[in-house]
Amino acid sequence: MRTTVPRFLWVPAALAWLLVAIPVAGLVLRVDWPNFLGLVTTPSALAALRLSLETGLATMALCLLFGGPLAVVLARSSLPGLPFIRSVVLLPLVLPPVVGGLTLLFLFGRTGPVGGFLDREFGITIPFSTGAVMLAQTFVAMPFLVVSLEGALRTAGERYEAVAATLGASPATTLWRVTVPVVLPGLMSGSVLAFARALGEFGATITFAGSLEGTTRTLPLFIYLESESDLDGAVAMSLVLVVVAILVIVVSRTRDLR
Amino acid sequence: MSRLEVDVAVTRGSFALDVSVTVESGEVVAVLGANGAGKSTFLGALAGLYRPDRGSIVLAGRALDDVPVHRRRVGLLSQSALLFPHLTARDNVAFGPRSTGSRRRAARETADRWLAMVDATALADRRPAELSGGQAQRIAIARALACDPELLLLDEPFAALDVDVTPAVRSLLRRVVRAAGVTTLMVTHDVLDAVVLADRLVVLDGGRVVESGPTAEVLRRPRSAFAARIAGLDLVPGRSCREGLRTAEGTVIGGVHPEPVADGEPAVALFSPASVAVFRDPPKGSPRTMVPVRLAAMEPHGELVRLRAGVPDDGPGWVDGLAADVTPAAVADLGVEPGDELWFTVKAAEVEVYPAGR
Repeated sequence: MRTTVPRFLWVPAALAWLLVAIPVAGLVLRVDWPNFLGLVTTPSALAALRLSLETGLATMALCLLFGGPLAVVLARSSLPGLPFIRSVVLLPLVLPPVVGGLTLLFLFGRTGPVGGFLDREFGITIPFSTGAVMLAQTFVAMPFLVVSLEGALRTAGERYEAVAATLGASPATTLWRVTVPVVLPGLMSGSVLAFARALGEFGATITFAGSLEGTTRTLPLFIYLESESDLDGAVAMSLVLVVVAILVIVVSRTRDLR
Repeated sequence: MSRLEVDVAVTRGSFALDVSVTVESGEVVAVLGANGAGKSTFLGALAGLYRPDRGSIVLAGRALDDVPVHRRRVGLLSQSALLFPHLTARDNVAFGPRSTGSRRRAARETADRWLAMVDATALADRRPAELSGGQAQRIAIARALACDPELLLLDEPFAALDVDVTPAVRSLLRRVVRAAGVTTLMVTHDVLDAVVLADRLVVLDGGRVVESGPTAEVLRRPRSAFAARIAGLDLVPGRSCREGLRTAEGTVIGGVHPEPVADGEPAVALFSPASVAVFRDPPKGSPRTMVPVRLAAMEPHGELVRLRAGVPDDGPGWVDGLAADVTPAAVADLGVEPGDELWFTVKAAEVEVYPAGR
């Protein structure tokens, strides 16, 4: 039996839904359909789309490579100060991305502690490079993967891992053959979320990486710049971003809907 | 030879466990105890979940204390099967051999052999989600034994199964454990598990071993109140006397001595609840032993009704928990209800007095 929803909730609920749905629908109506194909295939638009997809995938890989182990440590270890470590990981979720970009700039800029060292010793400059885009995106996207993976690990519990140990599996074998397969749905949805967050990243990127066409100008940056000169182009590319976002939601939610 | 010698002390909060148990190679020992007796703590210490404060665990001549769980060669079968949800039944069974270095084909062959042992060949390609509780537990049995453990720990292995599949899984476990000849230590609160599976019983109470011995002997002649209760017998502790047994405060319970016991030796009087007759008023001129009790509880017991005794005002403490099995008609005639004061009586010929030290 389903419980009855109190009647007075319906109006705010509908307004909340419309707040999201109407602007997206308005975007579709606003698109200059006859010239749509031309607008989304200009060289600079394609370059931005390509850069966004490439850096988004690279960010996803970085999040898996570093955020995955972090999630395992948070969920399974008994380090002292774990709550503190966890809150630091969540910081990028609530921090304005521009602030994140600034902190990265101070750290990795030529005069910063890490950036200065890299510049002097190896001649490597990170800010305003594609690497900076990936770093900025990883900064903001990592919490999404860590949070959903840690949740999946906690839900799965340690029972299966304990059984695997009694069957003679070493901790490494247990990780690959038991833990990872058991939390695979959480791992996938966390990765997709991180990818989506990277795709939409703007503030940290423009602060830390700038907006150089083909190198650091990702799709959100391109759309922002276009909106000041060629609104039709901006709207068309926005729609592309909306479609990508919808695909991401479909991919990450298919399991729940089934 | 996989002999197990355990001597551990664990303190967890206010609970202290101090247990010493030896399991001979290939022997099946059941550790019985009421809830809170320390069974789970004991098993946790053996499986490596809790670090003992003191003591040693020696399996097949190896000290296990500092050995990580995956190198202990101690298999564990718990209440829930905990099959890996992403693997088929066959791959679940092959997991152990694979993890300990077997090649894929050899591991599969081992798995198929064990699946056949537990009559689950037809289930080999199923996922855990497609198995019933009893089927899953059979696969779990195969999985635990397929990595050839030197010790198998059973943690209430049937507690989560439906009552109608438990007997089949229990006798299957008995068959494969015997066939494998694996040293086995089982923790349970169900005396039936022990009767079917165990060579020897160890009874825990309050974190200590209160009794141990061959299963049949412990159940026929329990020395502790808990063991008597699971064996379905009434037990009164005291000292042997010519008439039978004298309790600490001086009540004499008439009984026979099946084996010689010196007067004054610590002893227990054992009798079946079915041999206890119940009266509202003390019967006159009866040669029976008569004990005043306060009725604590009534519960159905097969075709009979079991009356559970409590301590009456100023009565001796040892009557607490004594049982009398009477017919429903007798209960109706007596017209009793919990709280009433009654007399439990038993004939001397029905009471056997045994030495308590064994």
